[in-house]
Amino acid sequence: MTRVLELRNLTKDFEGRGRTVRALDGINLRLSRGEFVCVVGASGSGKSTLLSMIAGLMTATGGEITLDGEPVTGPGPDRGLVPQAGTLYPWRTVERNVAFGLELLPLDTAERAQRVDWYLAETGLSDLRKSLPRQLSGGQQQRVAIARALACEPDVLLLDEPLGALDVQTKEDMQVFIRQVWQDTGATVLMVTHDVEEAVFLGERVVVLASEPGRVIAEVPVELPDDRELGIKRVSAFLALRARIEDLIRAERRTAVDDATEQSA
Amino acid sequence: MAIPLLAWIGLSASGAISESFLPSPQAVWSAGLEMARSGDLLRDLSATAQRVLLGFGLAVLVSVPLGIVMGSFRAGAALFEPVIGLLRYLPASAFIPLLIIWLGLGEPSKVALLFVGTVFFNTLMTADVVRIVPRSLLDVSYTLGASRGEVLRKVVVPHSLPGIIDAIRVNAAAAFNFVVVAELVNSTEGLGYRIVRAQRFLQTDRIFAVLIVIGLAGVTLDVALRLLRSRVGRWAA
Ligand SMILES: Nc1ncnc2c1ncn2[C@@H]1O[C@H](COP(=O)(O)OP(=O)(O)OP(=O)(O)O)[C@@H](O)[C@H]1O
Ligand SMILES: [Mg+2]
Repeated sequence: MTRVLELRNLTKDFEGRGRTVRALDGINLRLSRGEFVCVVGASGSGKSTLLSMIAGLMTATGGEITLDGEPVTGPGPDRGLVPQAGTLYPWRTVERNVAFGLELLPLDTAERAQRVDWYLAETGLSDLRKSLPRQLSGGQQQRVAIARALACEPDVLLLDEPLGALDVQTKEDMQVFIRQVWQDTGATVLMVTHDVEEAVFLGERVVVLASEPGRVIAEVPVELPDDRELGIKRVSAFLALRARIEDLIRAERRTAVDDATEQSA
Repeated sequence: MAIPLLAWIGLSASGAISESFLPSPQAVWSAGLEMARSGDLLRDLSATAQRVLLGFGLAVLVSVPLGIVMGSFRAGAALFEPVIGLLRYLPASAFIPLLIIWLGLGEPSKVALLFVGTVFFNTLMTADVVRIVPRSLLDVSYTLGASRGEVLRKVVVPHSLPGIIDAIRVNAAAAFNFVVVAELVNSTEGLGYRIVRAQRFLQTDRIFAVLIVIGLAGVTLDVALRLLRSRVGRWAA
């Protein structure tokens, strides 16, 4: 398979008040075309920083990001970003939110309208096309954000805890929805979450991050059937995978706590 | 609204205060009617309105783009903010003598006073409105392929528009203050001029009538801007 996105030894330091915080330390990651990769990690493990750098909104301190072999130097529609919440244009209707990126491309009106229609239908938003964001539920708003990013047909779709703000029921519906969209569009997806169950359900591969500094401690392939329904979350293979990843995170946290007590002793 | 009106009617009917201090509502009404019939009132009103439109209009034309630049670019803020932050504390009325020396007694100095009196506040208020556009909204726009100019035009401006109209509404009230002040000094028409003239002949009824006209004109402008604001800002409601 062709590599789309490649991170080589990616490092990020934040300077602040005389001290430097290393948010990410030597991250290596490869995504092939059409893959769905989930990154899990505790709060502060650098998940958002990672996506911001891939999106081109932040420069790396060290290492390299390439997309189809070309180094990433800034933001662009070849990498679609869906942030955690609340980034729709409140004055634009649903359809005009989805059209935003397309308005910036050299497309004729008919083609633009056609693409908007297609992504609205795919994301189940056709009936809401004339609504304003404030008239939508949280789940619907995230669907619009996903449709808006997808409409530019990016090489990689970057999702930053897109379901973090939703209730359990809506969240599960949205998980099914995201997998469906992925299968229909063949998009390459890199999704960040702190929810291990979600990562296993959605991903073909789960990358586990540890904190302070943020680094990859494991890459776990998800060997589950491609046709996944919510019921799979109770299947033993799923539960075993989930437990294994949770243990990795827990073990990592324990050594971190031990180190801290040792240092203070 | 009703209470001061009733108090006025009661007070003047009681005869406790002399007509030349507090004219009766009937006297004010007929004074107003008389001025309207002679054509003075319309001429004065249109002279005042023109000054507001010109002076405040220019201030808006300058301050809105300037405020957007100041709010969007750190360099813009560094360049203009200190100067404007200082200038806005200088009372505009104190500029009158200077403006007269520079621009003469005619129209330009009056328009300039309105401009000076409103341009700085409107710039700073616009910049503040622009600064509250969420960072995440700008970031996501860049990832959708927008250039800096496109982000300014398609994100910053529409997001800020309701707030900018609010700022204009606040400063329109100031513009009304300044136009009357400007007209108190050497003019031949305008609502402020009409007041000075009436004062010379102790025509308090006329002064009252003109004050009411100024109030109504201000309210009309305010209502118009409110309507515009609620049309433009429907998404924010
Ligand atoms: N702009 C910044 N300036 C300074 N430090 C930052 C900045 N952004 C992030 N950090 C630091 O980098 C580390 C990683 O932050 P990041 O937001 O990437 O974590 P995260 O994994 O996304 O957390 P969460 O799950 O809470 O969203 C944290 O220690 C954070 O304090
Ligand atoms: Mg985050």
